[in-house]
Amino acid sequence: MNTASVSLGASVSSQSRLVQLALAALLGVFVVGFVGFSHIDAVHNAAHDYRHSMAFPCH
Amino acid sequence: MNLFRNVVFIAAIAGLVAGVVLACMQAYATVPLILKAEVYEQAGGGHHHDHAAPSSSAVNSVAAAGNTMSSVASPPADAAAPAEDEGWAPADGFERFAFNVVANIVTGIGFGLILVAASEFAGGIGNWRQGIFWGLAGFAVFTLAPGLGLPPELPAMPSAELLPRQIWWISTVAATAVGLGLIAFRKSLPLAILGVALIVAPHIVGAPQPESFETPIPEGLHHQFVVAVTLTDLVFWLVLGAAVGVVRGRFTGTATSLRDSFA
Repeated sequence: MNTASVSLGASVSSQSRLVQLALAALLGVFVVGFVGFSHIDAVHNAAHDYRHSMAFPCH
Repeated sequence: MNLFRNVVFIAAIAGLVAGVVLACMQAYATVPLILKAEVYEQAGGGHHHDHAAPSSSAVNSVAAAGNTMSSVASPPADAAAPAEDEGWAPADGFERFAFNVVANIVTGIGFGLILVAASEFAGGIGNWRQGIFWGLAGFAVFTLAPGLGLPPELPAMPSAELLPRQIWWISTVAATAVGLGLIAFRKSLPLAILGVALIVAPHIVGAPQPESFETPIPEGLHHQFVVAVTLTDLVFWLVLGAAVGVVRGRFTGTATSLRDSFA
């Protein structure tokens, strides 16, 4: 499988690249974790069908 | 923060597309089964709706004592429907559907962020076909692996305490992701073996299981639900990966030949 020849933000330094990608991944983990794993009842109830449909541990 | 902005932009568009697709599939495939199961849940009376993790019974009794309205409205045993169990819940019908769509889009963007960030470390998803393979990996990591130990559940199905299951789910996802990464991107036999071991290990440890598997849910209904969840999630991940490839291709101006065959 070939990878893309042009990468996003190729001009930034490798360290800054690492930090920015890690931040983006962290944001994603936070978003999914809040909707799928939060113990707040209102959040659980709002996303109830979604949690079941994604096989997240629920109830 | 140029790169960060690009990643968020691509994840937002791909997550929106994949989330809407998944919400539509759920409306026909999984939500009707959840509603059917809730009928059994209400008919069966007692159910296993342990929300709080370590001291669920204590919290339940506190909640019942504190919330006099609901304890008057419902029988003393915690036999309320999930929607009216505790706190606010969307009303059945359109409101519930709308919140499900929102949850799908928001988490679609969240999964998109994880997928784009992870794939950028490996050079990025260049076109929709590479996206399909990244989507398969996401499906394996987030649906297949945790689903082996903790199959998709319907309401009223017995399960172990919530927190240990969530911990097992997250550990399994992390171990499977690292294991797949080691196999795919480190060209070394010992590391590939380590990767396989990481993928297998959570299942040797074993997912937290309920004390009893007794449930009012017919086995056929549950099986139907497992199939529906697995297939809808598979399509979601394939769409998400492909959409990332298409959007990213337009962004960077690469992948000209494959770009136009999709989208």
